Parts: sequence; structure tokens; C-alpha cells
Amino acid sequence: MNFVDATDLRDAVRSRKVKASDAVAATLARAKAANAKLNAFHEILEEDAMRQAKAVDDAIAAGRDPGPMAGVPVAVKDNIATREGRTTCSSRMLEHYRSPFDATCIERLRAAGAVVMGKTNMDEFAMGSSSEHCAWGPVKNPWDITRVPGGSSGGSAAAAAAGICGVALGSDTGGSIRQPASLCGCVGFKPTYGRVSRYGLVAFGSSLDQIGPLTQSVRDAALTYAAMAGVDRRDSTSAQLPVEDPVASLEQPIAGLRIGVPAQYISDANDPQVNALVRESLERLKAQGASIVPVELPLTDVGISTYYVIAPAEASANLARFDGIRYGHRAPARPGQSLDDLYAESRGQGFGPEVQRRIMLGTYVLSAGYYDAYYGRALKVRRLIKAEFDRAFANCDVIAGPASATPAFRAGGMTDPLQMYLCDVYTVNTNIAGIPGISVPIGFMKQDGASLPVGLHLQAAAMADATLLRAARMVERLHPEAAVRPAI
Amino acid sequence: MSETHPLTTQETAHVAKLARLAVPADRIEAMRTQLVGVLGHVAKLKAIDVEGVQPMTTPFTQVNRLDEDEPGPCLDIADVLRNAPAVEGRYLAVPKVLAEDAGG
Repeated sequence: MNFVDATDLRDAVRSRKVKASDAVAATLARAKAANAKLNAFHEILEEDAMRQAKAVDDAIAAGRDPGPMAGVPVAVKDNIATREGRTTCSSRMLEHYRSPFDATCIERLRAAGAVVMGKTNMDEFAMGSSSEHCAWGPVKNPWDITRVPGGSSGGSAAAAAAGICGVALGSDTGGSIRQPASLCGCVGFKPTYGRVSRYGLVAFGSSLDQIGPLTQSVRDAALTYAAMAGVDRRDSTSAQLPVEDPVASLEQPIAGLRIGVPAQYISDANDPQVNALVRESLERLKAQGASIVPVELPLTDVGISTYYVIAPAEASANLARFDGIRYGHRAPARPGQSLDDLYAESRGQGFGPEVQRRIMLGTYVLSAGYYDAYYGRALKVRRLIKAEFDRAFANCDVIAGPASATPAFRAGGMTDPLQMYLCDVYTVNTNIAGIPGISVPIGFMKQDGASLPVGLHLQAAAMADATLLRAARMVERLHPEAAVRPAI
Repeated sequence: MSETHPLTTQETAHVAKLARLAVPADRIEAMRTQLVGVLGHVAKLKAIDVEGVQPMTTPFTQVNRLDEDEPGPCLDIADVLRNAPAVEGRYLAVPKVLAEDAGG
């Protein structure tokens, strides 16, 4: 009996073969043991998790339905609000912040019987691709602790990949679920913009942000997504559309799957071993009856430029709320300190260097004289990128390529911010267009004696989340060799 | 864009002011160099023909909906205030906003 797999665990708990309390206790023990090595968790919510697990066991004992995720421990990225524990966003700014409410996704997961067991480490305010921009130390990659786990949802990716828990939540603004999933060797799913309520997600780029699961299997990703998705009156950008059940159709392969493979994705700039693994995966899909369709996404290359105008612009506006007045860090009072000084000093002390850079960048591109040249132009290119995807999806069901051009890189190895930004070349356009994307492990490559996981990135048309998950399940089935877990 | 408007040290300090960020003087130059690097890359956007293209602010395609104006539970004030850096009773404490001689 594998107690990590969320669906298996749920079945075992519901059929009274396993007590939720026992499963959660085992998860907490794993988390505590692994955290010394990985620094994946800011906080392990032991007491609260055991209380929730007992509630599940009590419900079962009383003959009540404990829900579709009964007893499943869930690790939560620390930018998603939970009433228990702190919600720090890995920032000194929110070091002591305790949310007075649960995010909608947390409310729904609890209602489904899931057990929130801890808050995971991340790049500060979700800005980064390595989980090194953290106020309390970096996250380590479970395959090689001298390497980064990717980011910004690095703690959640490490926790899921290392088998600490079957389900972890992340947020994805430009690849922050999918890139770390690829670098750690787990499944990472970013739903269509508007599918999962953003209420309670600390806003970074409001037109780009989306919450999604990081798991060991596509099946668990579908299970978690199904429990969270759907309209929410507290998020006006949550879609008022029925959510197709992704679990029911999951095991049914898509007959004659058409896979778009843009020439731009299998680039010479990628690690050759990444390209080889992606090609091998496509060959296996072809052998199963899928067809490879040539599609063109020539604007792939300007995605980073577009993103690094829009995302910082939205971030500079969203992070204006952290001013030292209502909550968060406040600079010490000093004689002659004006209210403006208090804002600037609080923000200068509370935000780390990467967050400050992005706020500066966003403020610049929105400032008088530059707005049209940068922000206005980026929004127009955004529409062209979306149109390019629309044309491509007229001819294919999914678009495939690498989630990351490289495997996990060395910690401390990337000192130029621009180089770090370029890590997201294959994932940012998904958010720019608002479509769903998923990274699925397809095997391992060798580098300096380390065996490092590689993920295949699939994207689908907006609201085709169930189709995307089905295609991802087909990929997963063809790569049994990728279902290896790191020894922690 | 970046070529025609190279970001000066003075401009960088001005942007920090606009952003309400106290950036120490000895870090302005490093910040400027990094911003110039990113803006140089972003200049790629100039090469794209956007003539007649409407800006896209969000991928959300549904129109805004109006909610029923029904009262519901509110956040507990004690819960909210426990996060405040300084309070006086049920209020947030802030430094004086108006100078003593501001009148009015």
C-alpha cells in the first residue's frame, strides 16, 4: 500500500482500510525528516493537520461522506492564504502575517476531506525560477541538493517529487508550477486562467496568476483540480462555465491525438539531452496512434519580453498594498519621518532584492512617457501571441515541447537576473494567452554524474483542461521509467 | 525605447521614489545596470508590427458579472487587527499625515 499516492490513500481511507490520522501522522514524520535536507517547508502544521485528520476519521465513523479527498495531506505554497499557520510569501514583509481567512481553494479542499499539512517555501512573492530568493534560505532539489528545484513553487515541487505528500499546491504566473515540476520530476498542472479561484492567492500578476497542483501522478493532479475548480463569487475572474470532470475521462486515451510541435520549441539552444527525451516521447506517442502536426509559434521568442513588461507592471500595482500600515513589516519610527518615508522605508526593508527589481521595472514601464512604448505595446503583442495559439489549436489538440530548456542548474549558479528570466521561455506564453499547461516527467538525463529529471510540457486551448489531463495521462503511461523517486 | 532613453542614475532614483522604495544610494547603480539589461532585452518588442492591434489586458473572455448585493459574514475585526503593526483601540495607528502648521 503506497500511502503517498493521493487517490489510493483516499480509497483506503474511505474504505476504512487506513485511518486518516495514521496516514497524516506518517506524512508529518516524513516532512520533518526530509525538511532538514530540502528546506521545502516553512511550517509543518502538525497540530492542525492531526485535528483535520481526526475530523475525517470521525466523519467516517459516523457514517458521513468524508469527501473525494478524504485524508489526503496537502502541502500549500506559502502565498496561498490559510487560517492556520502563517502566510509569508517567503518575505520579511509578511514574516508574521496570519491570514484571517482561508483561500477559496483551501476551503474547497478541506470540504473535500483533504488535510492541509504545511506551508511550502518559494521564491519571494513567487518571483523567481530557482527558489533561491527566499527570506529563510533556499529550497534544495531532491535529486541533487547542490542544485535548485526550480521556482517559484520549488518547495511544493520538492515535497511532491520526494514523496513527502501526494499533493502540493503551487501558483503559476509564468511557469512557476511547471518549471519546478520539470526540474524535480513531478507532475505540475496550471489550469486555464479563471478555472481555479484566485481568492486568497497573494496577487502577483492578476491577469496571469493561476493556482494548480503538483503531484506524483496525473491522476492525483486531476483529483485535486476537480476539488478546487469552478466559479467563485469572491473572484470576478473565475469562469462561470461548467467544469468537465477530468477524473472520469482520464484513463480513456484520446483516439488520433493531434500533437502540435512548433519548430521553435525543439531549439538548438536547449540541452541536447532534453531535446532527445522530448523527441523520444513524441515517437512513443506516435506509435500509439497520435499524429505530429507542424504548427508555427514564431512569437515564442518574444514571450519573455512581453512577460517582463506585463508581469512587473501588474506586480508593481499589486504590491503597492504592502506599505507598513495595515499589515506586514513597518519600519521603525524615527523623528521627522513622514508618511511617505514610512512607506518607502517599510518597503525597502521588507522586500528582497528580486521583488524590488520587479517593482522598479513595473513602475518604470508604467510611468509617464514610457507607458505606451512598453506596457501598451506589450499588451498588443499579448493579443498576437494569443491569436497565434488560437490558429495552432485549430489544427491540433495539444502543443508539446520541453517545459525547461535545461535540467536543474547549480544553486548560486545564476547571478544575472536576465539569465534567470530566460529560464521561462517555454512557459510564459501559456500565462500570457491564459491557456492550460502541464509538465509530465518523461525520464532522466545525465549531467556531472547526477541523474536529473526532464518534463514534457503540454498546452491546450482555453477551457480544454480535461483534454489536456487526458493527453498528459497518455504521456505518463508511456514513461514507466520516469516513475522513479529520489532517495531522501 | 531603451536605446533612445537610456536609464540614467537620476531616473533610477526617481523610479524608486515613484515606487515608494527606499533604495540606498550605493545600490542605485547596480539596480540601474540590471534594469538596463532587462529593458535591452524587452526592446525586442519594438520589432513586432502591432499596427491596428487592440491591447489585451486579460485572457478572461467573460464579461464582468454583477453579484446580488446580499450581506454576508465579515472578517472578524480582532483577526484582522492582529496583523497590524500598530493599533490604537480598534484603529490602525499611523504617523501624522498633516504637518502641525498645515491648517484646515
